Amino acid sequence: MRDNKRENEAENSFISEMGSSDDNGYLTFTLGEEEYAIDILTVQEIRGYDAVTTIANMPDFIKGVVNLRGIIVPIVDMRIKFNLGDVTYNEMTVVIILNVANRVVGMVVDGVSDVISLNESQIKEAPEFGAILDTQYLKGLGVIDDRMLILIDIENLMTSKEMALVEALVE
Amino acid sequence: MSIDMQQFNAVFFEEVSEHLTNMESLLLDIDVDSPNLEDLNAIFRAAHSIKGGAGIFGFDDMTEVTHILETLLDKLRKEELLLTTEMIDAFLQAGDILAEQKAVHQEGGDTVDESKIKAVCLLLETLSADKITPTTTPETTTFSPHQADKNISFLTSMEEDITALLEELSQLGHLTQSMIVEGEFHKWQIFLTKTSASNEDLIDSISFLAEPESILIEDVITDPAQCFGLFEEADSQETDFGFFDEPDSEEQQGFGLFDDVEEKPVQTKESAFGLFSDEKITPKAVENTKEQDNDPRPYGFLDGREEKEVKNKKTLTVKRTANKASSTGETSIRVNTEKVDQLINQVGELVITQAMLMQISSELDPSEHDVLLNRLTQLERNTRDLQESVMSIRMMPISFVFGRFPRVVRDLSNKLNKKIELKMIGNETELDKGLVEKLADPLTHLIRNSIDHGIEMPEDRIANGKPETGTITLFAFYEGGNVVISISDDGAGLNREKIIEKALERGMELSDTISDSEVYQLIFSAGFSTAEKVTDVSGRGVGMDVVKRNIHSMGGQVDIHSEAGVGSTISIRLPLTLAILDGMSISVAGQIYIIPLTFISESLQPKAEDIKTINGKGKVVKVRGDYIPLLALHELFNIDTEVTQASDGILVLLENNNKKIALLVDQLEGQQQVVLKSLETNFHTVPCISGATIMGDGKVALILDIAGLVSESE
Repeated sequence: MRDNKRENEAENSFISEMGSSDDNGYLTFTLGEEEYAIDILTVQEIRGYDAVTTIANMPDFIKGVVNLRGIIVPIVDMRIKFNLGDVTYNEMTVVIILNVANRVVGMVVDGVSDVISLNESQIKEAPEFGAILDTQYLKGLGVIDDRMLILIDIENLMTSKEMALVEALVE
Repeated sequence: MSIDMQQFNAVFFEEVSEHLTNMESLLLDIDVDSPNLEDLNAIFRAAHSIKGGAGIFGFDDMTEVTHILETLLDKLRKEELLLTTEMIDAFLQAGDILAEQKAVHQEGGDTVDESKIKAVCLLLETLSADKITPTTTPETTTFSPHQADKNISFLTSMEEDITALLEELSQLGHLTQSMIVEGEFHKWQIFLTKTSASNEDLIDSISFLAEPESILIEDVITDPAQCFGLFEEADSQETDFGFFDEPDSEEQQGFGLFDDVEEKPVQTKESAFGLFSDEKITPKAVENTKEQDNDPRPYGFLDGREEKEVKNKKTLTVKRTANKASSTGETSIRVNTEKVDQLINQVGELVITQAMLMQISSELDPSEHDVLLNRLTQLERNTRDLQESVMSIRMMPISFVFGRFPRVVRDLSNKLNKKIELKMIGNETELDKGLVEKLADPLTHLIRNSIDHGIEMPEDRIANGKPETGTITLFAFYEGGNVVISISDDGAGLNREKIIEKALERGMELSDTISDSEVYQLIFSAGFSTAEKVTDVSGRGVGMDVVKRNIHSMGGQVDIHSEAGVGSTISIRLPLTLAILDGMSISVAGQIYIIPLTFISESLQPKAEDIKTINGKGKVVKVRGDYIPLLALHELFNIDTEVTQASDGILVLLENNNKKIALLVDQLEGQQQVVLKSLETNFHTVPCISGATIMGDGKVALILDIAGLVSESE
């Protein structure tokens, strides 16, 4: 059930190694061909996808709830939400457990790449995107070497009406 | 220095509640004719602690009431007055007023009725003014009031009228007074002779009018054998009220009340800080206190060790003023329930992990891995023990609720001129804290019902050949995973005919062959009452339905047994804890759902011909002549399952608020206890789902919200 523990620990040790004060740490993950990054401090842990209990009459991207050490955590599939990547579930499917706005939420992505640090100068303003992701959920674009990362304001996104995860905004 | 007073207030309120409960139970147990001095002292201490705390936190209304209460109690414990039943009644009333005042300060809302307070205060004052010549000669007791002469001086503002105070003081002893104007204050010099009032009493009386810091009382000791009692001395240090406001500048001034205190500023300073933490108790302070204690004390009611303990506590923490003379106060700690719940969660997780290990290990060859398997068995045992201990943290004895009933019975039986004895068995039965708190109202209601409707008037009882005094028995015990609480009376019992008559009057449809227990269940319907006249005790027909609803919401059940002329018994069956629910697990397309067992009346496999459609839309199922609306869970939840016909699956008959539905599920999986978890913590409410739980295999199962389902079917 918790084969991904090792992976999780590896991430944690990585986090503790980086530490320059000006830079912010980001966790990067992929959805289809695109590479995204979120603030590392919002990430609680990374685990595999299993034992999800479906909830009736929910939007299709809300996969259901899982038991995370005694607490009930909803799981959303970002691949379905943003229509990116192949929606398959196997041992390689990765769930990023986020801790945002005093809630714990699991987010399914195609894969977790690495933890990077970006300073202000490496973050460019985000251009208008179009329909997939409203710019209000974007912090900007991170440029590191020749990679381009889409920086998501994950707290804002997860508490948005669009994700249907928070009480007041349902219906 | 910023102090979050809110936090201290909360502690104060909690302690007030404790003191009041303590006081009430002592008062109810006390023997009026020969009161135990220790009990009187305990009551006095409780009142005194409340007063001290209320003074510090600025709840002046409470200080006022407790002060008057204390004055009378003080006279009692000094045996200047003899205890009477009226006094006990007055004390109980004062306790109620204090509880109300506390509630007002705690929760806000309407202030307590001024006239009520006045009435109680007046009553107490009249009682304490009744000077009687003690029938017990002072020689027979070691606690004779000691008399002393006192030199009192204090400042009051110009406007203050102190005639009332002087009058009060003159009752305490012979009075000579003088006044000089000092700046914008009046300086009063009062010489009080042959007073038995303690310094503390005096200060309390005076401090209502005078500047607290300016009060100075000197004892003119005429007899070397006389000295301060335990309480005066300790209390003298309580009077440094000023330290909250001006902790630095006022400190010394605050101490200047008594010479002996002034000499030990270190200790007093510690006593000031000790208000908020016991850790400040240092050996040095204890020693100082001890030295101070060397004088022979007239009060011999506590043995030396206890006395010292009480004194230490008193000097060091005003709020804990000797509320518990023995060490009981130190055997428990206050812990935030959140922490406990977290612990319970973590242990629950450990149990699941352990179960998984057991499962994996069962595939191993026992002969090769016998050491590992042994250890795993040991782990299982340890985990279970740990889980039990952790669960027991939330448990508290039911005596917390039962404790209030002697008072209820006493008050009500007096009011109704009935003679009733209350028996309580199983006080030590423990159940979840949340349940204990919620039980209070329903149980009070049931007891009031028993007193009002159950137990007959004494003359009727004698006529029926029963003992004059009726008996109400409260009985709590464990049965399986439940706690059963029963309230029995040996009264008239429920009147079957009268209930049926009333039910027909109200237009209820009853079958002719209705069974006794079905008849008795009728009294739980809203607005139902068979009482001929509405009294202020009961009879309005509100209540039994509320009782039933409350118990249901706790996951419990109510049963009635009754025999005309012999009595009735109402039993409440509750799960041991709120966090655990007895559930039936059912499955639809392989996914497990839990139905709370309390809602299930039966489950059955219907025949195809019993299913009928109405208007081509809704379906009903015929069960023993009744047509019950049918709700298919897979349709409601849009689940693809193989079982689409009711005759292929199982119908679970659910009942809520006297409405029935038949829920179609694929199959029943079994009955088990589940731990309730909230979906809302990280998600939001889901229609028809009341929560979730974690099953033995670590998966989440959803708990169905039956009330929601029933209304869905409409």
